[in-house]
Amino acid sequence: MLSSLANKLSSKMRFMLLFSRQGKLRLQKWYTATAERDKKKMVRELMQVVLARKPKMCSFLEWRDLKIVYKRYASLYFCCAVEEQDNELITLEVIHRFVELLDKYFGSVCELDIIFNFEKAYFILDEFLMGGEIQDTSKKSVLKAIEQADLLQEEDESPRSVLEEMGLA
Amino acid sequence: MSDVVEKTLSALPSLLSLDSQAGAGKLSPSSKLGNLIKGITELTSKHEEERLIKKELESIKEQVASPNTTMRQMKEIMVRAIYCEMLGYQASFSYIHAIKLAQQGSVLEKRVGYLAVSLFLNETDEFLLLLVNTVLKDLQSTNLIEVCMALTVVSQMFPKDMIPAILPVVEEKLTHPKEIIRRKAVLALYKFYLIAPNQVQHIHSKFRKALCDKDPGVMTASLHIYLQLIKENPESYKDLTGSMVTILRQVVGGKLPLDFNYHSVPAPWLQIQLLRILAYLGKEDQGTSEMMYDVLEESLRRAEMNHNITYAILFECVKTIYTVHPKSQLLEKAAECIGNFVLSPKINLKYLGLKALTYVVQQDANLALPHQMTIIECLDHSDVIIKRETLELLFRITNAQNVTVIVEKMLEFLRLTYNVWFIQTMNSVFSLGGDVMQPDIPNNFLRLLAEGVDNVEDRQLRLFAVDSYVSLLQGETAKLPQRFLQVISWVLGEYSYLREEESDPGSVMRLLARLLDQRHTSTETRSWVLGAMTKLCSSPVYSGSLNTVLRQKAQELMILSQDTKLRARVLPAEDSSLSFLDGYVSEALAAGAAPYKSPHQRQEDLVQEKALSLEPYGLSLPVSLSSCSITDRRSPTLLSMSSGLSGNSTELSHQEGSTTLKLEGVKRVWGKDGYLAQQQSAGETPTPLVELPSPLLSPQSPPSQTQKPSSGLEPDQEKRQLASSLFVGLGSHNSVCLVRFPSTVWLFIKHCQSANQSNVVKALFKPLPLLLPVPLTVSTGDYGKMWLSFSHDLKQNLQLVTTEHQEPLTATLDALKGKLHLHVVDIIGSEGIVACRLLQGPGQGQPCLLHCRVHADSLAVWLRSPVPELPDSLLYHCQKALTET
Repeated sequence: MLSSLANKLSSKMRFMLLFSRQGKLRLQKWYTATAERDKKKMVRELMQVVLARKPKMCSFLEWRDLKIVYKRYASLYFCCAVEEQDNELITLEVIHRFVELLDKYFGSVCELDIIFNFEKAYFILDEFLMGGEIQDTSKKSVLKAIEQADLLQEEDESPRSVLEEMGLA
Repeated sequence: MSDVVEKTLSALPSLLSLDSQAGAGKLSPSSKLGNLIKGITELTSKHEEERLIKKELESIKEQVASPNTTMRQMKEIMVRAIYCEMLGYQASFSYIHAIKLAQQGSVLEKRVGYLAVSLFLNETDEFLLLLVNTVLKDLQSTNLIEVCMALTVVSQMFPKDMIPAILPVVEEKLTHPKEIIRRKAVLALYKFYLIAPNQVQHIHSKFRKALCDKDPGVMTASLHIYLQLIKENPESYKDLTGSMVTILRQVVGGKLPLDFNYHSVPAPWLQIQLLRILAYLGKEDQGTSEMMYDVLEESLRRAEMNHNITYAILFECVKTIYTVHPKSQLLEKAAECIGNFVLSPKINLKYLGLKALTYVVQQDANLALPHQMTIIECLDHSDVIIKRETLELLFRITNAQNVTVIVEKMLEFLRLTYNVWFIQTMNSVFSLGGDVMQPDIPNNFLRLLAEGVDNVEDRQLRLFAVDSYVSLLQGETAKLPQRFLQVISWVLGEYSYLREEESDPGSVMRLLARLLDQRHTSTETRSWVLGAMTKLCSSPVYSGSLNTVLRQKAQELMILSQDTKLRARVLPAEDSSLSFLDGYVSEALAAGAAPYKSPHQRQEDLVQEKALSLEPYGLSLPVSLSSCSITDRRSPTLLSMSSGLSGNSTELSHQEGSTTLKLEGVKRVWGKDGYLAQQQSAGETPTPLVELPSPLLSPQSPPSQTQKPSSGLEPDQEKRQLASSLFVGLGSHNSVCLVRFPSTVWLFIKHCQSANQSNVVKALFKPLPLLLPVPLTVSTGDYGKMWLSFSHDLKQNLQLVTTEHQEPLTATLDALKGKLHLHVVDIIGSEGIVACRLLQGPGQGQPCLLHCRVHADSLAVWLRSPVPELPDSLLYHCQKALTET
């Protein structure tokens, strides 16, 4: 039964996409090297497939040689590609945890927050997933790391030596 | 989040003007990015967007090139460049500036620089080399945030060859006082391990230290590495079983800080990771498995809350229980758990339940039995994904008795989903599978074409089939298998009328005539062709054709076919052995009719049965046919025979129960010549071959419309019948006998999901992708002996893998070994010998040997195997593996 699993190199996430109901890409994170042309093609294809799904349908798709796990939150679709033998439900919870993090950070997050502050969303994602694997499952510590860095932003004017001190702290 | 008020883009412009809106401080609509986004949302066409972005990119280009641009401005510019790229516009001129920002900016500017780099570049990009020194510097920084950023970018992408340059520094971080740094360092090393395992081999002992880290986060991170290591080589890590079990027990028992809880479930990600590791450790190892039974049971018991996350754990737990050495008590509980999944009204859980069942029925097909009705319901589910998963499940329980129904269900699925693709695929199946194919397959195919209401979609499918066959027949037909030609004839006879408007009416007839004339066309096929021609000539297209010869032939044929006496006079049959019926007879046999029995034999049978059967039709049907008759009384071959050749409304009279009447008719025409038995059992009327009453001849009435076999049944009862035919043979024996064709169809279904259509068709002509080689450990001597005894070989040049540290030959063989699990028997000078064995697919269990020799810049590979397909398919996989390297 595991023979199909054993030959795979790793089981990490391949990519994560956020796009709107209108088919506009809001965030894309690729965890395996993919050519730009292929990325565009995959994004386009996948958006089409996912947007065509009806609300009551299941959140998993087999697409190419990947498993797609997606969920819609308000006007945004969160969509992850994982290896075919991965656990779909836990991937769904990865998405949910990310949404929770965004929600906590932005305070009741909406699509606009992500549009205008997509770099922040990327920072949160990077703090949560590293190289496609869950890095930190504790909500508090992810946000602490982000806020620490944000704190620096507000004191951006201060001289560098102070920054270094803060980093040491 | 669920209660978030939905704010759509349409509301955007008005929102932007309100500064007091929540989060407005973060929105910064007055910034340049804000203006850009606002500008884009106000546009109405793609064309306008292109123009705006083009202008934006030009302005960005100008700014980044200006020497007066500060790093702070650069940071803002970079965010805009990222945005443009996300919209699909290339800003490649900014890549180098992203690197510069990461190199020279302050911490925050650096953060954006690194982000832009990780979004713009790939690990193969040469630009990344420029970043190595910066990363090294940041890793050594005293600022924690800089160290974190460097570790993040390293785990996202780093040039493989440059790993040695930073490895010592990353390694050092494993002992860093801050857990966040240790954790990130572990994940970075995990990434290195994935892309260059040899580089991190020397620090395995440090991984153990990370596993014992007092911070659960660091420990969790180290499990990624261990999962990988154990997956590759479980034997070396059996000693960890105890520790893993202990950790899992503690986690399940809620011993971790509450911080690690997710929706009140303790560290679910960690639990799942541990369960996966235990699966690898306990697989085929009773001793090790026994150590984990208790904790597995506890995991099952504890995960009882009704939340997705507990189901995720349960699913993993069930998988582990079914992977490790079996313990019946645990298996029972796991099976019960699967039942809960399958029966769940939540569609996601149902899907996983089907998936879990698909796993476990491979060990015990009986596990599907309690869920028969659910499975039948899922087969008709409106979500195609559920349907597909159900088919996979059915595919796994295919045995000789239910193969017909299951293949039929698969084909139905294909037809519904992929019309054009389906025809093309079936063309390939017929061309390749040809005459060795089980008769069920063409039968089911024809049935699918014929079935259904006569709507636009069905008509399109048929028309497409007709068109594709016409173009096939216009080419070289000598190589087409007879069975395929028969299918073609039937379809052309039945549905050529669909293309009447667009082409010369005689063309199909001429193509069929050409088939008749060809020497390689078998008698059986000829009878199909004739049937098709007969149907065609009755069509007004031909009888009213302007082509006088054609019209005359058509009319003659029609009249002759209606007037037996005339026909007998014009074309007297002098064939006393009735050999002209041979094709017809074998046709009927293929369709499931009982073989001919001599009167003597029949007498014996009668004596045995002691009674005359009043229903010879049903009784003489073989098993496969009766099982498929649950949904439809006849196989399409029979359909085609009755409509195409005899055309009498057997089915109607059959349903009226006028058995006796027909028997009399038979006797009158054929007497006791013995053909009677076959005629009957095939459900045929005994009328002469070419006597063709016109109503059924008309192609406009697909045969299926004349009958509604299951009309009298309640829907539920119908399902029960379907269930009984699907699950037949499951209870009786445990070994699942996989019939080859379902796997072919299944592969197609898999394919059409995973690739686009043209790829699928291409893939059909490639070796099966199911190839799963395992190393074959043989000595050089044995290799030599085997080599000489194998008859099928293949030679081909492959590209060499070049690395700095290894000989090209070694590097290439290593790559093959790693990707395809081949066993490198020996390397002598510029030659290497390799052996493997196949786990699945056509050559199951059979060896394949490779002889590799470096020749100039390429690797001359010579493959040998006792199975003809193996060398070809292994070669394909080698090529693939090497191009990916």
